[in-house]
Amino acid sequence: MDFAHVVLYPTALMGTLGLVFGVLLAVASIAFFVKPDDRVELIREALPGANCAGCGYPGCDNYAEAVVVDGARTTLCMVGGSSVAAVIAGIMGVKAEAVESMRSFLKCAGTPECSPRNAIYSGIQDCRSAAVLPGGSPNSCPYGCIGLGTCVEVCVFGALSMKDGLPSVDLSKCTGCGTCVANCPKSVLKLVPRREREVMQVVCNSHWRGPDVKKVCSTGCIGCGICVKTCPEQAIVLENNLAVINIDKCTGCGACVAKCPSKCIHPVAGS
Amino acid sequence: MDLLLLFISSIFVQNILLARFLGCCPFLGVSTKLETARGMGIAVIFVIVLSSTMTWLVYHCVLVPLHLEYLYTLSFILVIAALVQFVELALKKLNPALYKSLGIFLPLITTNCAVLGLAVINMNENYTLLQSIVNALGSSIGFLLAITLMAGIRERLEQNDAIPKCLRGLPLALVTAGLMSIAFMGFNGMIR
Repeated sequence: MDFAHVVLYPTALMGTLGLVFGVLLAVASIAFFVKPDDRVELIREALPGANCAGCGYPGCDNYAEAVVVDGARTTLCMVGGSSVAAVIAGIMGVKAEAVESMRSFLKCAGTPECSPRNAIYSGIQDCRSAAVLPGGSPNSCPYGCIGLGTCVEVCVFGALSMKDGLPSVDLSKCTGCGTCVANCPKSVLKLVPRREREVMQVVCNSHWRGPDVKKVCSTGCIGCGICVKTCPEQAIVLENNLAVINIDKCTGCGACVAKCPSKCIHPVAGS
Repeated sequence: MDLLLLFISSIFVQNILLARFLGCCPFLGVSTKLETARGMGIAVIFVIVLSSTMTWLVYHCVLVPLHLEYLYTLSFILVIAALVQFVELALKKLNPALYKSLGIFLPLITTNCAVLGLAVINMNENYTLLQSIVNALGSSIGFLLAITLMAGIRERLEQNDAIPKCLRGLPLALVTAGLMSIAFMGFNGMIR
């Protein structure tokens, strides 16, 4: 075997093959060129580009394509809100609809002082992994916030931070995309409509009966119903041992906050 | 007559999925919907027949005269990758609906061992060009047959609520694949 046979021929052969196929593909890409719909590009430019996946598509590119190709709704972008929805509707030539501005809200006040931890969890520091433990949580209350900060990690806007073992929402940064809600294994974060004024919210997620709640948390909703009777606007109802406030009816008078025996109704500042 | 035997044997007796166990990735990945499975099967027929022809030509007209047979793996992969790219470009233009339904799986045919495996089988068996094409066509029709059968079964399994939760989806698909393979073993000895 001489040099030509060992090195030259194989190299030349593979090089030639590569070149031939390269030219072939280049020609094909011109011959089969598909002109992309420029509305996709326009919508993509109108979108915020955060790729938060709040709309239900993997990213802004996919949502833009879905609007044009599959006829997805124009109001799915929470981050852009009504203004972006109006631009998209303009591009697609449909009637603009308003997007209700949402924010993330933690339905739990169970800091380690109020709600004791049941077990020392030393696994992967991620709520989603802690939630698969028997009992559903390393904490004594299986409904409450686990507090390992998965929501803080997944938030692409940096709107969440851990404070006293619980995530706190920075309203100026929260866009209501819902990524934290989707990644919370306990569903203790939820999206609530944004309001200008201060409203009252029940900061508890537990559907247990009163005595059971008292055993695991000093600030959980015990389902006593005092707030329901106190509210002058009849804005509060008990649903499955948990008080629920209709924030459209709530005037923010604070009567329920004063009467609540476990102090689980908090005034929530408006934006 | 020999060609007919080869054709039938490559569909049933030597079924590429259920007897040779090549290309099992799309067999489990794309077999949840009958329509997509059919699309995948047709794409595989197209790619396998074309690539077998091309690899035969490359092997017998280029590699053998130059005594570079040992480069077959490398050059086969190059040929197949270029072909799949070409098919992808062509499909995007000519049949956007099929292109969309195949999604990620069309580029995956590039690394599908059924495609490379068949090229290598044709080479090892010393088939002529005609025999290679017949074998490729038969094997890929066998692929289409197996994946469509699988998709049909899985669509029905999906509707069944009585299946225990731990078996739903992929576990049962694997069991089904095993049972289908046993059924296809019954064809063994049909053709000597």
